[in-house]
Amino acid sequence: MELLNILLLIFIIICAVAVSLTKNLFTSIVIFMSQSLAMSVIWLLLESPDLAVTEAAVGAGITSLLLFVTLKKIHAIDQQKKGAAQHGTDQE
Amino acid sequence: MARIRNDYENSWWPRLLRWLETGSSALDDRMEEEMEATHEGHLLPSPEEIAAQEAKREERIQRKLSDELALYTHAHQWSRTKGAKLADWAYRILAVVICLAIIFLLLQTASFLPSFGSPDNPAHNEVSRRYIEKGMEETGAVNIVAGMILDYRAFDTLGESNVLFVAACSVLILLRLSSDKKDLSSVHQLEMEADDRMYEPKNDIILQKVSTLLVPIILLYGVYGVMNGHISPGGGFSGGAVMGAGLILYLNAFGFKKAQRFFTFPVFQAVSACALTFYALSKAYSFFTGANHLPSFISPGTPGNLFSAGLIPYLNIAVGLVVCCTMYAFYTHFRKGDM
Repeated sequence: MELLNILLLIFIIICAVAVSLTKNLFTSIVIFMSQSLAMSVIWLLLESPDLAVTEAAVGAGITSLLLFVTLKKIHAIDQQKKGAAQHGTDQE
Repeated sequence: MARIRNDYENSWWPRLLRWLETGSSALDDRMEEEMEATHEGHLLPSPEEIAAQEAKREERIQRKLSDELALYTHAHQWSRTKGAKLADWAYRILAVVICLAIIFLLLQTASFLPSFGSPDNPAHNEVSRRYIEKGMEETGAVNIVAGMILDYRAFDTLGESNVLFVAACSVLILLRLSSDKKDLSSVHQLEMEADDRMYEPKNDIILQKVSTLLVPIILLYGVYGVMNGHISPGGGFSGGAVMGAGLILYLNAFGFKKAQRFFTFPVFQAVSACALTFYALSKAYSFFTGANHLPSFISPGTPGNLFSAGLIPYLNIAVGLVVCCTMYAFYTHFRKGDM
């Protein structure tokens, strides 16, 4: 159990660093989601299951959904896809 | 006694009116006359003179412009090559130094914190002992957390629900489209719908089948969490968030048209307002009786029963409804500014 705790904490730190280092906004939201999920497992291990449920529902679920919708509304996903496609053709 | 004015013509109001009408006073007229008299004999400069002056002026402007350009390019060259390098170095070094300083400060502070889970921590005082020992018989809630947040500290929870409500209000103010957009042509509405669902599978069979299976379970789990908040882990906020997530899944699978059959804006308004009012009124009642040592008809009941713990299950339902409606309203307003 101790080992699992340590692994989860290391995972959270890695996720937190990776969110700020990723250039792609879509990827960073997915990393943020996984960080929230690991956090909810940690809440469970700290014997507060109600917080774990809340973290999984709000942190991993609704917050990232709202972020995805916002990305779509400001056409960030669209532009990044276009940019990646152009980049790919340039390399070819 | 008021002074009676006899010469109305010389009082300030007619004078102001006269000044407004004529645009000038006698003094101004005289000044203008004098100025015209002095300019009488002055000849206008000849066209050649004007041209020479213009040319001189042009030349001066050109020289100043070129000077400025040289200075500008010099400065920019410096900032692009040497200055940029220096700023880059300074930025990197400062970033590292500031980060290290903050990390050091935080770790230093953390080293003074009491060790985790130790029995002589300052948090383990008579307050928490009282909650743990007498919480169940005073509130009737088996789940001590529910007893704490909805009975001992119900005022905090009321504030939290209101914060959520205010957040929903601000989202509505920011993102809600005005109602005069509703009478747009159906073609435009269809276009907007297509743009809205550009990256989503429209009427996706897998999503629909999975959500017919999952949405009832998710909603049931949310209702279970809300109803059993005083018996088992869970409670208003987490159960409400789960219910909201279930509703959002339903909306994504089946579209706005089907979700609007049971969840529209008036429903949101009515449910949120009623739940918050119920919470405030019931807590006002229990605070009033509790503060004045009055007998209250709310009894803790048998701990462990579904309908026990006094007001806690009903407060849990109120909080759960507010949270569920708010989450759903957030999502729909982010999506299309309407419900």
